[in-house]
Parts: sequence; C-alpha cells; structure tokens
Amino acid sequence: MPIAQYEIKWVRRGRPKLMELLYVSAIAEGFGTTIRHLFERKVTQQYPESEPNLPPHYRGVHRLNRDDQGRVKCVACYLCATACPAHCIDIVAAPSPWPDREKYPEVFVIDELRCIYCGMCEEACPVDAIELTTLYDLTGYTREEMLFDKEKLLSVFDRTVEFPGEGVRTQRGRLGPASKAAHKEDSGD
Amino acid sequence: MIYEPVFTLLLIVVLLGLLQLACAYLILLERKMAAWVQDRLGPNRVGPKGLFQPVADGLKFLLKEQVVPGHVDKPAYFVAPAIAVVATTLGFAVVPFAPVAPGEERGLRFIIAPDLDIGILFFVAAGSLAVYAVLLAGWSSNNKYSFLGAIRSSAQLVSYEIPLGLAILGVVFAAGSFSISDMVVQQVRQGWNVLYQPIGFVVFFLSGLAECNRLPFDLPEAEQELVGGYHTEYSGLKFAFFFLGEYTHVISISFLCSLLYLGGWHLPGIGSAVLSGWGEWFLASLILWMKVTLFVLVIMLVRWTLPRFRYDQLMDMAWLGLMPLGLANIVILAVVAYGEVQPGWSGLVSVVFLASVGVGRALWFHLQPEESIRVLTQNDGVKTGVQGNGSSHAHSAV
Repeated sequence: MPIAQYEIKWVRRGRPKLMELLYVSAIAEGFGTTIRHLFERKVTQQYPESEPNLPPHYRGVHRLNRDDQGRVKCVACYLCATACPAHCIDIVAAPSPWPDREKYPEVFVIDELRCIYCGMCEEACPVDAIELTTLYDLTGYTREEMLFDKEKLLSVFDRTVEFPGEGVRTQRGRLGPASKAAHKEDSGD
Repeated sequence: MIYEPVFTLLLIVVLLGLLQLACAYLILLERKMAAWVQDRLGPNRVGPKGLFQPVADGLKFLLKEQVVPGHVDKPAYFVAPAIAVVATTLGFAVVPFAPVAPGEERGLRFIIAPDLDIGILFFVAAGSLAVYAVLLAGWSSNNKYSFLGAIRSSAQLVSYEIPLGLAILGVVFAAGSFSISDMVVQQVRQGWNVLYQPIGFVVFFLSGLAECNRLPFDLPEAEQELVGGYHTEYSGLKFAFFFLGEYTHVISISFLCSLLYLGGWHLPGIGSAVLSGWGEWFLASLILWMKVTLFVLVIMLVRWTLPRFRYDQLMDMAWLGLMPLGLANIVILAVVAYGEVQPGWSGLVSVVFLASVGVGRALWFHLQPEESIRVLTQNDGVKTGVQGNGSSHAHSAV
C-alpha cells in the first residue's frame, strides 16, 4: 500500500551548532566522562565475600507469620493456594483449637523449588500470614529438603522477625479484614 | 669479535620476554580500565587484585583446544598469526628502548640494531607488514566476516600509511636523519618536535591508532558487525598471537610517539643529550618509559571514549583530512627552514593553521542549507502533518 500524502510530515533536521561541528568540545567532554568514571565508586557487589545490597521489596523465601501469642497466624482459607500460579502451596485445614478462628492449617507445605516467587500468595492472604522475606541464599541437597513445611516456615519467621525492612508490601502484622480482631475494630468504628 | 652477536642475541631474548610480559599486563590493564570506565571492578579473582590474571589467560590460551575449521586454507591460515607477531616485533629492532648507556660508545646499548641508518623506514616497513597477517587470516578463513574484516584492513592500510609517512617525513626533515636516536638527540638540542610540528604529531598519532587497529579505527575487528573480524576462525594460541601482535603494536606506536615527538628520554631540566652517569641514565629511561605508559593509557582511554568510525568516514578522514594536513606540515616546515626565521615559528603557524582549518570546516558545514526530513505520521496526519518543506527536497521526490 502506498504511503498516503497526509501521512507524510516534513520536519526540519535542525542546524548543527558551531561548537558541535568543531568536535573538540565533544571529545573533551567524552574524555571527561571516561576519566570521571575511572575513579568513580564501583557498583560491583562482591557477593560471596560481602552480602549483596538487595532492595527491601526483594522476594525470597516465604515465612509463616506468628501472632502475638506465638501461634501461626494462618486461618487456612486456601486463598494463597488458589492464587498461586505454580500450585506450590499445599494446605490441609483442621478445626482450630483456638476460639478466635474456625480453622487452622494442620499441614502447610510450600514447594520452594516449584515456587516462582511472584508474591501473589502474599497479596492474596487476608490475614498477612504468609510473607516473602529477603532471604535469597536458598539451598538444599535433595528435593525433599526443599519442601518447606509449617515448622520450617515458622522457623523462617523466627529467623527474620528481627530483620528491619521485612514485610514492606504487607501491613506489617496488622490484621486484614478477614481476621476477627480486625472485624471487631471495623464494627466498632 | 664474539661479543657483539652474543650481546645482540641476549638483547633480543630479553626484549622479546619483556615485550610478552608487557603485552600480557597491558591486556590486564585494558580489561581493568574497561571495567573501571563502566564502574565495574574488573578481573580480581586470580591473585591479589587480579594481578596474576595474565598467567591464567596465558595458560588458558596454551591449553585450549586448537580448533582448525575444515574449510580454511591451511598454509595461509597457519602463517597469518605468525606474521602478526613477527611483523610487529620486528619493528622493535630499531626502537631505542632506553638511552645510550654512559661511558662506552659500543658497550651496553639498548637498541638491537644501532647501525641501521634507515631505522624509522625499517620500522614503518615492518609495521605495515602486519596488515598481511590480517589479510591472510581473513582470506584463508573462508568466512565472509573474516573476509570483510580483511578487506577493510587493506582499505585502511592505503588510507593511513600515507599520512603516517608524511608525518614521519616532517621529523626526518627536522633531524636530517632516519635514525631514531638522531631524532631524539636533535629534539634534546632544539626542543620537542610536538612544539615545532604539532600538526605532524596529531597526524602521526591518529594514523598510529589506525595502524595498530585500535578504536576508533578498529574496523577490521568490529565485533558488532563482523563477529570477530579477521580472527573469527582462530582459537587458542593462534588467537593469542593476534592479540600479542595488536598489543605489541600499541607499545611500539607509543614508543614512536614519545621518541619522535615528545623528546624521548628528554625532560627539560633533567635529561641531557650526553648522559654522564648511571643515575642520570636510569632517570632518563624512567622518563622514556613513563611517556610510553602515558601514551598507552591515552590509547586505551580513547577506546572507551570515542565511537568507532564508519568505513567511509575513516577513508574521508585519512585522504581528505590527514593527508593534506601532513602535506601542510611539511610545507610549513620547509618554508620556515628556507626563510631562516626562528624555528619556533613553525609551531605557531601550525597551530594557527590547524585552528583555522578546523573552524573553517565547522563554519562551512554550519552554513549549509538546512535539510528537511520526511517522517511518517499516524492516520491523524491531516491534523498534525506539516506539508511545508524548507529545503531543496522536492515533494515529488518522495
């Protein structure tokens, strides 16, 4: 199809400036840039020797949060397992032994090898029970080792609870609307 | 007398060893500088600060599999890397890499062939042989990328060899001799050539960059468009030979720049034409080596500063820029010599000439009629499209 005349636009290329045509200033500027960078602070991170400088919203190993009484915060609603695009979360719910919720997870297993660390479980969780930490060096000798069960995920919480900057995407432990305590607060308003 | 050949042989061995070592560490320096300019750290795993990296590189080159593709023309393919090293190293036979030792006239000398009166000619001749390595490598590889690199190299050769020769002619003119040592002695007497023939220096340095295939003139091995250029099909030690040749060339061009234009081992107030003691000799060699290092650093810095010239731009620059400038340099020198005025006039006239040519060229391009270019718009071009045309472009030509 030929190009229609109305689609053609003529623009002025613009006159090159006299200084640009002399090139000398451009070359001097170029040398200035390279020489400045020669002595500038380097951005390379020497990983095995020093810890990498990760952004606070880095999505690493999951953790299962505890509430103020040390119990698992999860209410076994399956929202995370439903949201998970990799189907790596396996939950078995059981009647809760505690009066403030109906269910709790009897089994909570995340296949860390299958996980794609997209953070959708964290986004889906109504009670901020599951979070992605900034732990990045996840290793194991067997595949079975990389199936993180409830205890393991809670221990990740114990390890990372003191870290500053964890849980930047969640509400930092404040309970979501599905939680009873939060519900009371809402109705009280 | 048995002493002479033995000494020469010893000198060759020492110089070859030194050159290889220098090349190995120049490659490390190049990688380090590349990293630093890009805000990285560069190789730092082998030894403290990566200082043993050249050893690792060398071992890797030695132990790697020597892949010889089935489609290459074997004799030329094998001979090319050898030429690359030999041709560039040959030039060092006439380069004085330290001042003449004090005391004995014929005793300790720091040039392999001191009696070669056509020293600089020999150097240029040997250096330009290196292009045969590129040509043969490109031709024998039977690979279109290698071949394109070789073609570019030959085109580059005819472009830069003439300005290079013209620039050297100016130095020969000033010294009245083809021997590099004489040229240094003359500069010690009169003053550095860079002050008397700045045009020659600029022309020589730019053609020198082209001669050793360094950016911005590394067209024969332009990675982005030619894969690896002429050494695409080479691996292992043969590839290392090309590398060695390139860096030897860088060193030799740096040597020549310092010897021909920056007074060699002379620094005002320190070095003198006739060295009286070993301390002075040591100082003078240090000055020479520092000048060479400076040039090597500049050449490496140029690599990370200036973009590569296009093929036709290089030809334009060499034929329409450097060659007339080289001729102008000789004319200025000749007129100043004939007029028997102060030799310092040549420097002044050269600078004024160079500046006026540069400004004139810029003005000429600046005053060209402004061009309009055609752009295609979206379908709403009716509303936004401007059909006006301020230049010689005719609509009908679209």
